[in-house]
Amino acid sequence: MDTIKLTIDNRAVEVPKGTTILKAADQMGIKIPTLCNFELEGLALKNHPGGCRICVVEVAGRRNLAPACITECMQDMVVKTNSPRAINARKTVLELMLSDHPNDCLQCPKNGKCELQALAADMGIREIPFQGEQSEYPIELSPSIVRDANKCIMCRRCESVCHEYQSVGAIGAVERGFPAVVAPAFGKNLIDTNCVFCGQCIAVCPVGALSEVDHTGKVLRDIANPDVKTAVQVAPAVRVALGEEFGMPAGSIVTGKIAAALKAIGFDYVFDTDWSADLTIMEEGTEAIGRFKAFLAGDKNVKIPIMTSCCPAWVNFYEKFYPELREYPSTAKSPQGMFGATVKTFFADKIGVPREKLISVSVMPCVAKKYECEREELGANGNPDVDYSITTRELARIIKMCNIDFKNLPEAKFDSPLGESTGAAVIFGVTGGVMEAALRTAAEVLTGQTLPKVDFEEVRGLEGVREATIPIPGVIDLKVAVVYGLKNARMIMEQIKAGNCPYHFVEVMACPGGCIDGAGQPYHHGDASIIKARHAAIYKADREMPLRKSHENPEIISIYKEFYGEPGSEKAHHLLHTHYFDKKKHFDLEK
Amino acid sequence: MNNVETYANIPVIINKGADWFSSIGTEKSKGTKVFALAGKINNVGLIEVPMGITLREIIYEIGGGIKGGKKFKAVQTGGPSGGCLTEKHLDTPIDYDSLVAAGSMMGSGGMIVMDEDDCMVAIAKFYLGFTVDESCGKCTPCRVGNKRLHEILTKITDGKGTMEDLEKLKNLSSVIKDTALCGLGQTSPNPVLSTINNFWDEYVEHVTEKKCRAGQCKALKKYYIDPEKCKGCTACARACPVGAITGTLKNPHVIDQDKCIKCGTCYEKCRFGAISIK
Repeated sequence: MDTIKLTIDNRAVEVPKGTTILKAADQMGIKIPTLCNFELEGLALKNHPGGCRICVVEVAGRRNLAPACITECMQDMVVKTNSPRAINARKTVLELMLSDHPNDCLQCPKNGKCELQALAADMGIREIPFQGEQSEYPIELSPSIVRDANKCIMCRRCESVCHEYQSVGAIGAVERGFPAVVAPAFGKNLIDTNCVFCGQCIAVCPVGALSEVDHTGKVLRDIANPDVKTAVQVAPAVRVALGEEFGMPAGSIVTGKIAAALKAIGFDYVFDTDWSADLTIMEEGTEAIGRFKAFLAGDKNVKIPIMTSCCPAWVNFYEKFYPELREYPSTAKSPQGMFGATVKTFFADKIGVPREKLISVSVMPCVAKKYECEREELGANGNPDVDYSITTRELARIIKMCNIDFKNLPEAKFDSPLGESTGAAVIFGVTGGVMEAALRTAAEVLTGQTLPKVDFEEVRGLEGVREATIPIPGVIDLKVAVVYGLKNARMIMEQIKAGNCPYHFVEVMACPGGCIDGAGQPYHHGDASIIKARHAAIYKADREMPLRKSHENPEIISIYKEFYGEPGSEKAHHLLHTHYFDKKKHFDLEK
Repeated sequence: MNNVETYANIPVIINKGADWFSSIGTEKSKGTKVFALAGKINNVGLIEVPMGITLREIIYEIGGGIKGGKKFKAVQTGGPSGGCLTEKHLDTPIDYDSLVAAGSMMGSGGMIVMDEDDCMVAIAKFYLGFTVDESCGKCTPCRVGNKRLHEILTKITDGKGTMEDLEKLKNLSSVIKDTALCGLGQTSPNPVLSTINNFWDEYVEHVTEKKCRAGQCKALKKYYIDPEKCKGCTACARACPVGAITGTLKNPHVIDQDKCIKCGTCYEKCRFGAISIK
């Protein structure tokens, strides 16, 4: 490999050709500050517009300063990252940015987590020498996302994520010059665009321009209300990330502490979405088996591949972009939805409370789940199955508000009868997990044999598209694909449209690595090692479970016995399955 | 993409040969150059001149000198990203390199001649207004920096500037040049830097004396009635749209500077030359 020798801050370094000054310096332990530059290494997320100009460095012989993030190292280059000229320029650029920023840090949703704030602290900003016009944009609310363009610093990370990673393109740079900002086209609100509410724009926003709709106030209000009962469910990915908000290392598994914290906060019933993830496998698995059998019997009308339907951003995606293919995804509701439908019927009846008096709350790693809660079809008589969903970050805030010492909290168990789960459920939190959980059950049901090994390593990993052939002895060589990132999902949809999709079963998750990097999770600030630690923790949690297959969950067996009858029954169809809509017309500009 | 000027050169070069073309001009800038000569000059229009010609030749021979016999002050070349050259540059042979060395550029080929009635701070502000409008908004220094430069210049021409603002102008201009992403941003502070370099006194005057020697900065203009010359005819007081002039018949009138909007109506109405602008 060709290498380049150069000098950075009086130290010699040799790097492969094509290395940027930023990366070369980073290898030497020289941390040049950046803002727009962003990369989640190995997870297909990146943004290198070279637009913020915070990372400028002095290069000997060059007329102007060089942006370190996009300038490649050249032979014998002499770089100064900390010369007075570079530091003055960096500080002035930062002051310019702050001169068109509300600087209301104390009221900002990103307070303490803001990269601009941290940079201002590091650069010793004590005053902003430039006063002048401030950008004024209306603050926009949607079911999931709050967009405050006044805080936008035009780093355009959100735009890259929305266009290049998700292939959605709901937001982009509009206007030019001083009024330029990232926003939906034609002054529309997100709800009127093709936005799928994945919220990855929030996950990458360095400032408070994009944040989740906050329901922490509702939680505290409902818990304090003596006229209602509250039931909460916690999604799989939350338990491997929440600890980060309390200074615990990434990948800490805090399942027992979460159950204890939710009880301490005052929820009447603390349940687990893992329970309904197992239920999802029963329903989705049964539907899949039915489709495979029909397919093998030569039925030309059966929709193959069957696709997972637990990711709410993915559901929004096919309703908005591929409504004509909406019969391919499973009709099974998401685990959140199945939990909500069960808690508001079976459980409400069991405790003798009308559904309106039972507030169902979910804790999700996700902001699209907030949109899912508002879907009219996921409720009864105008009362939603899940009243509202809060993110991992919101739960952390509530725990802090309730004066709970989370780190030192003794562990507790989830309540029965919607609290027991298996290893198959916890892996719902990573890409490939739903597929593996489904395979664990489907293979045993189809063959009637106990699996010698429950681990389907073939579908694990962090590549954006993974495919495997899973032999189900005597039945089928099942061709499966696991994708994350809606751009990859689009590729599969195009294959289906063209009639050349080679798969029988496809899992789709919108976020990088699956729900572990959902938009409601603690901010990773571009550190991919955090996502990898959560990924490893999910599989560790799976290994540590006494039961690893959904159909072996005793509380799943009992709910069918007591309430649903059998998977795919009429009652199960009524409560645990849903239908999808054609939402293309809502945003199609041509119509 | 090429300019019309480039295409227009091609047939002549084909007909007369490259050697002929190269024989015109300076060592590094060959051939001829088209300038759009404009401003306070007697003969305006498009001119084609050999590279290496001096500004003096263009202005006083081809251009026929300054309009109305006024005094030459500056010539702005290169369009909005260019700079202002002064008297001391009049005898410099102009080509691509010498213009850059002098703090301006060939740029668009625009050449705007200014006389003593032009305010150099206002000129810098005018050009910056263009780059503020044309900025795409991608990089911070151009998107926000040029806007702030323009605001500081506006503050100065409004008579509210401070010496600190002048320091800010200098630093901000050099940082924008140093950090902007594209050619537009990297050159946009040129009008500010070249006028600061060549007309520093005018900037200081605007700030410390609140005075615009060219009388262009409306906010700095002051209308005075000379009590010796005023006949007390009341014509100015009756014409003043904001009632800023007081006085009784046949007695000298006075302008209330706080009320005056500097519209110049009184100046035009006075038949005795009693009103002056300072």
